[in-house]
Amino acid sequence: MNTDRLIDMLSTNLEPVKDGQLWKALSWAIVIGLMAAFGVMLVCFGIRNDLAAGNHSGALVLKTVFALSFVGTGAAFLTKSIIPGQQAGHRLALIFLPFFAASAATLAMVVRQPALASGGMIEGAAAALCLFCIPFLAIIPFALLIWAMRRGAPTDLRRSGAVAGLVAGAIGAAVYSFSCPSDSWVFVFLGYSGAVALCSIIGAQLGPRLLRW
Amino acid sequence: MDQAHPSERELRKLMISGLEGDGEAHRALLERLSGHLRGYFKHRFARIGHGPTEAEDLMQEALIAIHTRRHTYDRSQPLTPWVYAIARYKFLDYLRRTKASVRDVPIEDASEIVAHDDAVSIDSDLDLERLMAGLSSKARQAIQCVKLDGLSVREAAEKCGMSESAIKVSVHRGLRALTVLISRESRA
Repeated sequence: MNTDRLIDMLSTNLEPVKDGQLWKALSWAIVIGLMAAFGVMLVCFGIRNDLAAGNHSGALVLKTVFALSFVGTGAAFLTKSIIPGQQAGHRLALIFLPFFAASAATLAMVVRQPALASGGMIEGAAAALCLFCIPFLAIIPFALLIWAMRRGAPTDLRRSGAVAGLVAGAIGAAVYSFSCPSDSWVFVFLGYSGAVALCSIIGAQLGPRLLRW
Repeated sequence: MDQAHPSERELRKLMISGLEGDGEAHRALLERLSGHLRGYFKHRFARIGHGPTEAEDLMQEALIAIHTRRHTYDRSQPLTPWVYAIARYKFLDYLRRTKASVRDVPIEDASEIVAHDDAVSIDSDLDLERLMAGLSSKARQAIQCVKLDGLSVREAAEKCGMSESAIKVSVHRGLRALTVLISRESRA
């Protein structure tokens, strides 16, 4: 094929391009992902029984806000990762800001009150359970995010996949907090962080296959 | 940005006019970028022992990618790094799918892309008719009418019996599908 002919073809009847398409697609993916994951949580796990009584609303808010903070920081990098030439570089570490803040707080809590870390077998089992439930709830949000990111042009597929996995995992964790039976912050922190990290690793593995263009 | 390559400002102006729908500016942009991309890919390929035909193939693939992904360009940013990131991505993707070695690919500066210019166009190995045969009939019809025969979107809609928005969507999807078909051709 002759290059002049190709250029001819591409510039004939050119359509103007609307601004902000990528941002819109990503926002939709996150909003619909949250709603879909919430629906799956209602059907598969159900909201915690004693939640309606308002007994544990403090712990719930803490868990949900912790998870949503990852959605917030991750989403900022999501847009960057699908625009060629805008790699975040070392600023990507900012994504872990909520994690560092929470680990510092947790460490301080445990040092002052070592009893907090001794939730025992039951809390440990709850933390292990969320390692399964959160990635499960993240499946639909992850698929939606990949769909939105494919409209962009990610150039580092592994990293883009990792960010998508992280945001999807955080959505899963935020939704799971409505069902999660544990009120022990130490175990919640470990379980949720581990689950989100797991989602991010899976995302990094799938990125090169799903995001190629 | 003041020290940017002199082409940067001109290319960026053409790009922005193209995004607003100016076909002539878009044509001028693609013509100039084709020279830069050809030079860049030839230079890269020479170092791993590949010939100019492969460079021309990849340049055309990158040109279509630049066209179909132009909505990802942020108008407030310089253009050269955006083009360079796409060219580099396409080059690495080429190495990956042809199982060539990625070890010898140094990280260059974005200005690398405008440092090369090569106007000597040769025909690539890609055959547009054969590639078009791999598209869905809708996309093939829409591209034939709007992009090759130069019919307006409305005329094409009447001729194909589709709505105007369906024509636009088919053209866009078809061009994207073309890059996939091209990359499949060069897979080892």
